[in-house]
Amino acid sequence: MAFIVTFVNDRLKFWAFHTQGLFHFSLKTLLSLVRQPFYVTETLEQMYLIGVGSLFLVALTGIFSGQGFALAFSQELATFGAKDYLGRIMSIAIVRELGPTLTGLMVAARVSAGITAEIGAMKSSNQIDAMLAFGIDPIKKIARPRLISLIVMMPVLTIVCDLVALLGGWIIGIFIANVSSTMYWSSVLYKLNYGNMLMGMVKPIAFSFIIAFVSCYLGFTSQGGTKGVGRATTNSVMMSSITILIVNFIITKTLGPMIKGYL
Amino acid sequence: MIELRGVSFSYWDKPVLRNVSFRVHESEMVVIMGPSGSGKSTILRLILGLETPQAGQILIDGQNICAMRERDKQEVRKRIGMVFQDGALFDSMTVGENVGYYLLEHTHLSWQEISRRAAEMLGFVGMSPDEVGDKLPEELSGGMRRRVAIGRALLSTNPNVMLYDEPTTGLDPQMTENVLELITKLHEERQIASVIVTHQIADALEVADRFVVLHEGEVAFDGSLEELRASTDQRVMSFLGPFRESWARVARKKFIAL
Repeated sequence: MAFIVTFVNDRLKFWAFHTQGLFHFSLKTLLSLVRQPFYVTETLEQMYLIGVGSLFLVALTGIFSGQGFALAFSQELATFGAKDYLGRIMSIAIVRELGPTLTGLMVAARVSAGITAEIGAMKSSNQIDAMLAFGIDPIKKIARPRLISLIVMMPVLTIVCDLVALLGGWIIGIFIANVSSTMYWSSVLYKLNYGNMLMGMVKPIAFSFIIAFVSCYLGFTSQGGTKGVGRATTNSVMMSSITILIVNFIITKTLGPMIKGYL
Repeated sequence: MIELRGVSFSYWDKPVLRNVSFRVHESEMVVIMGPSGSGKSTILRLILGLETPQAGQILIDGQNICAMRERDKQEVRKRIGMVFQDGALFDSMTVGENVGYYLLEHTHLSWQEISRRAAEMLGFVGMSPDEVGDKLPEELSGGMRRRVAIGRALLSTNPNVMLYDEPTTGLDPQMTENVLELITKLHEERQIASVIVTHQIADALEVADRFVVLHEGEVAFDGSLEELRASTDQRVMSFLGPFRESWARVARKKFIAL
C-alpha cells in the first residue's frame, strides 16, 4: 500500500513539475519573440526544413484522405439522391476539421520528432551549455526560429492539404460518383465561407504553438544520453498529437458558436 | 579570483556537493580530482553559472554569480573560457565556423576577418587551418576536437580564467601529451588561471600548481603536490591508492623531479 502511495505521489510530483516547466518555457519562448537578436538565417532555414520538407507528406495525406472521405460519402449520399452535395460536405469537413487536424498530426509526427531529437542530441553533447557559455540564449537561437517557422508554415501546409484533399474528392466525384465538375466546385465554394476559413486557419496556428512548445521543451529537458533522447522524441510525438486532437475539439466547440452566423 | 564559499548543491533530492570551499588565485593552475560522480564537473557548471547552488556563494572577481540575473551572468562568462568534455563543438558547423562562432554572433566583423582570426587561432592550438578548417567536428579525432574547443574558447572570450572538463579523458598517450602541452603553454604564455577537472592522476600531477580532491561531494584535500604526497587522509589515500603503489614507476616529469 505504502509503495502505491509513494508511486502515485512521485508521478503527481513529476507531472506537476513538468507542467510548470512547460508553462514557464512557453512563456519565455513567447517573450523572446519581441527581443533581439533575431536569427533571420536560422528562421528561414527552419521554414524551408519544416515547410518544404513536410510538403510531400502533407500532400500525400491530403489526397488519399480526401479520396477516401469522398468515396465513403458519395456512396451514402447517392442512396438519398443527394450526391450533388458532395462538394459541400467535402468543403466543411476538409477545410474546417480534417485539413488542419491531419496536417497538425503529420507535422507533429515529422517535425516534433526531429526538433526534440536535434535539441536532445545537442543537450547530451553539451552544445546547449556551450551556447550559454558563449553568451547565446538557446531559446532565442533554437526555440524561437522553430516557433516562428511553424506559425508561418503550418497555415500554408494546411491550405495545401485542403486543396489537395478537395482535388482528391473531385477525382472521386468525377470518375466514380458521377458528379459534374461544375456542380462539385460550385458546391465546394458555397461552403467555403469566412467562418469555415477562419476556423481552418485558427487551428493550424494553435497547433504550431503546441508542436513548438512541446517538442522544444522535451528536447531541452531530455536526460539520460541517447536512450533519454529516444524517450523524449517518442513522448514529443505522443504529447503533440494528443494535445492537437484535444485542442482541435476545444476550438471547434468554443469558436463554432462564436462564428455561427458566418458558417 | 574565483572563490567557492560553503557551496552545497543537489540534483532533485540527491546531494552532489556539500559545503565545498576553495579558491583559485590569478595565474594559478588548480586541478580538481576525484572519482567519477564526486561532483567535479558540477563545480565547473556552478562557476559558469549554468547551475545555481542551494547554499553558499561563488565569487568571480568578488562578484557573487549565484545572485546575478542571466544578463549579468553573460558578462561574467565573457571573462571565462570553458572547454567541455569531448569539446562540445557545434556538429552542424565546420571547424572554422566553430572557432569563429563567438565573433560571428557577437561582433559585426566581416566573415573574411573572422576566418582569418579563426585560422590564426587554429595555428596557435597546433592545427593546420587549411587541413581542418572546412572539416566537420565528426571528422576529427578526440584530441583534435579538444584543441579546437580550446581555440574556440580562447577566440571567443579572450578569457582570464580557463575551465577544462576532463580534457584528456579517452585520448591516447600522444594526444594526451599534446593537449597537456597546449594547456601548459596557454597558462605560461598568457598567464591565464586554469581549473582542470580530471580523474587522471598522472595528468594532474604533470600540470597543476595546486590540487583539490573531492570525495562524495566534499573537499577531502586542498594543497600542493608535496602536501598531497604527505597526506594521510583516508579518503585521499583511497583515491590515490593504486596510483601511489606505482608512483616509482610512473614516468611523469614533475613527480620524478620531487
